[in-house]
Formats: sequence, structure tokens, C-alpha cells
Amino acid sequence: MASQRPPTGLSRELIALRSARELAPGSVVNLGIGLPTLVAGFVEPADDILFQAENGILGYLGISESDFDSDLINAGGQPVDLVPGASFFDTADSFAMIRGGHIDAAILGGLQVSARGDLANWYVPARGGGSVGGAMDLAVGARQLIIAMAHVTREGEPRIVELCEYPLTAERCVDVIITDLAVIDVTVDGLTLREKAPGISADEVVAWTGAPLLIPSSVPEMSL
Amino acid sequence: MGVLVFDSSELAVADIPDGATILVGGFVSAGTPSNLILGLTRTGQTGLTAVANNIGLGDLLDELCEHRQLARVIATFAIRASGTRTSRFEAQYRAGEAELELVPQGTLIERLRAGGAGLGGVLTKTGLGTMMAEGKEVLELDGERWLLERPLRGDAALLKAWRGDRQGNLQYRLAGLNFNPVMATAADLVIAEVEEIVEAGEIPPEQIGTPGIYVDRLVQCEPVPVRWDG
Repeated sequence: MASQRPPTGLSRELIALRSARELAPGSVVNLGIGLPTLVAGFVEPADDILFQAENGILGYLGISESDFDSDLINAGGQPVDLVPGASFFDTADSFAMIRGGHIDAAILGGLQVSARGDLANWYVPARGGGSVGGAMDLAVGARQLIIAMAHVTREGEPRIVELCEYPLTAERCVDVIITDLAVIDVTVDGLTLREKAPGISADEVVAWTGAPLLIPSSVPEMSL
Repeated sequence: MGVLVFDSSELAVADIPDGATILVGGFVSAGTPSNLILGLTRTGQTGLTAVANNIGLGDLLDELCEHRQLARVIATFAIRASGTRTSRFEAQYRAGEAELELVPQGTLIERLRAGGAGLGGVLTKTGLGTMMAEGKEVLELDGERWLLERPLRGDAALLKAWRGDRQGNLQYRLAGLNFNPVMATAADLVIAEVEEIVEAGEIPPEQIGTPGIYVDRLVQCEPVPVRWDG
């Protein structure tokens, strides 16, 4: 299977859109670097979502088009605009929010997620060294952890696996996995297919998943 | 008590010794003491340990690697996962010429806070069951497991604030606080670069982000524009 490619599912933007739909109205949400930063562009003011950036902002919007101010960036170093009522704070306060259970949801990227919800997303063994940022704190501290990622690697290997081979970010921390092919819940019974991407069958999701997947009798297509 | 005002970033950092551990405030471009870092490139100390959120993301900390001034870096972001760009630090790390201790961001700030606040350590769940727990003590208290992280202090701290007054009080702007207020508490010699030095009383007391008792030296500098290079 490694030489093949999975069927075409959602684009990165649509994975971000589907991830945004997962957020409960009124939530305080932290977005990881990469694909998750796109999520900020898919929430409506009526959703009343407040985005937290671990460098010390509560209440930013998507990437700013206005003049760059070096003191007004998100955790990915990108310029941002603020919402009315936004606040600034130092890193100790920021991680009190994160570790103290004050962040309702975090959406992070992933390298691998295991059958029991372990996450690996900070260290590629072939590269070494790594960059951890706030990922370990968010994985442990956010009330809900959503992983938004491609279902398989560039080489076509499943990223959802029995056991992570890559070094862990945290054990048993993932609640939901949103990929180009599916929405999968991590439950006490195991990984459960909740939704499939348009044009993708449950059998195809199973074929490209490296861990057992529970398939309910009816699996709806994502509404986007 | 007042604060010593220096005429240049170079003079402000000149007596930091070789081999010192230096805390460096800032988060990529925000609140980063780039002038003080450039001062160190000119004064030329070697064998330094830098403690900072990031190195090699377009920040000037990586400039200290040009003349191999950093022996060791304690940071949260140091090696880019993509590998599409590499920093001088990454090259020296891969060549075995510089060491890296990677620390989760929340653990880094709490270790510094403990170091500055006279606490003996931090108990956290961050890092349990991961490489970060290797060689560290795990305590069980009331049925919960906690990883013990030790305090961290610097010989010197380099900070960036918006304004400073002649008592050493610092006022930050926007997201420029980040690591600066905690690092101010956790070093023997605290040096801040500010965009403007004002008289005591000009910064409203409730807008002082770092009380002057933590700050030893001020230098007024035009901020160096820094932008993450992607």
C-alpha cells in the first residue's frame, strides 16, 4: 500500500473548516501552528469563539493584512488583528490558562495518533532535535484535543496507528481526529468512525487506517 | 534605588563573562531584545548558554552562532520540522558543536518562575510518559503522578520593553510581555532595552509590567525589525 495514494478527500482548507465546526459556541480555543491556524478563518462572529495564542493573547482574529507590528503576532509569528475585549498577558499566565484547564479546546497538527489516543507531533526521528513549543502543555491541559492532519504521510503510510513509533507529545490525550478522509472519535471502546469525507467509503477509511476502527451501522458523510 | 542607564547595548552587556547563562526574553519578533543580542555579537563572549523561547526563526539569537558564541541552548523551538530552512544553530547542533535542551513552553516558564520566586521546583503533568521525563523524578501525591521539574536561573537576563523609567520600572506593549516579566525575576543581572527612557512617575503605576527592583540596567534603542522568515 505504501506505493499507492489514498483517494482524494478534503483539502487543507476543508479540514480546517470541518475542524472549526467541531468547536462549541462560546469556547476558548488554542490553534497549533500549520494547518490549525487556518481554522481561525472559518469561524463566524456568531460562534463567539475566543482564540488564545500561547505567546500571550486572548481574542485574536485571523492573519492580519494591515501593517506588520512586531509586537502583535500569534504563536506562529504571524501578524494578527484583535477582537474587541482582547487581552495580553505574560507566558506564565498563558500557561496557567493552558495547564489549569481554562482552555476548552486545542486544535493541533499530528504526525501520528495511536489507537488509545496517544499523540506524536513534535519530533521527526529522521530530523532529530525537534521543536516542542506549547504542544505538550496543550495536549495535557486543554479540555478537548482535536487533531487536524492528513490521514496518511506523503509516502502513503497511515498516521493513525496501533502504537506511535515517533516520540510522544502526551499519552491518551486525543479526543477527535479530523483528516482529509474522516472524522474519528477516540473512545474507551477504541477508535470510532463518526463521519466520512464526501466520496469516501468506510472501507476506504479502514484501508488507510493503521489501527482497528469501529464502524457504526450508519456513518454519515461530513456536511461542509 | 535607581537603575544604571547605558549609552549603548554593547556597553550594557560588555561585562557578562564567558560561560554565562543568559535568559533572553521575547517570542519570535515580539518583545525580543535584539539590540542587546547584537551587543553580545560585538563584545564576543563565548561558551554562553542561552535560555529563550526560540532560536533560528528569523530571530537575532542565531547571529550569536556566527562566531560560535553559544555552547548550549535551552529553548522550546530550535529545529524546524520541515527541514526546508536551517539556522546556524541547527548546523552547529548537528555538527556536535552546540548542545540543545528542548523544554515544553509551559515547563520553561514555570521553571524560570520557580527560579525567580525562590521555589524548589515545579510539579507538572506535562511531559509524563514522553522523552521529556527521561532521567527525571516522578512523584505520586494523593494518587496522581507528577513530573518534577527543577528551577532555572540565569547569570544575566536580556529583556525588551516599550518604556523604562529611571527607577527601572518597565512598561510593555501588546504581546511584548511573553517571557520578559518572569525572566526579570530569575537572573542576577537584569538588562532591559527600551524604546524610550522616561522620568519616574511618567508610567502609570498600574501599567508597570516589571517593577524596577528587578532591573539593573537600561539602554534606550531603536527596535530592530525582526520578522519570522517562515
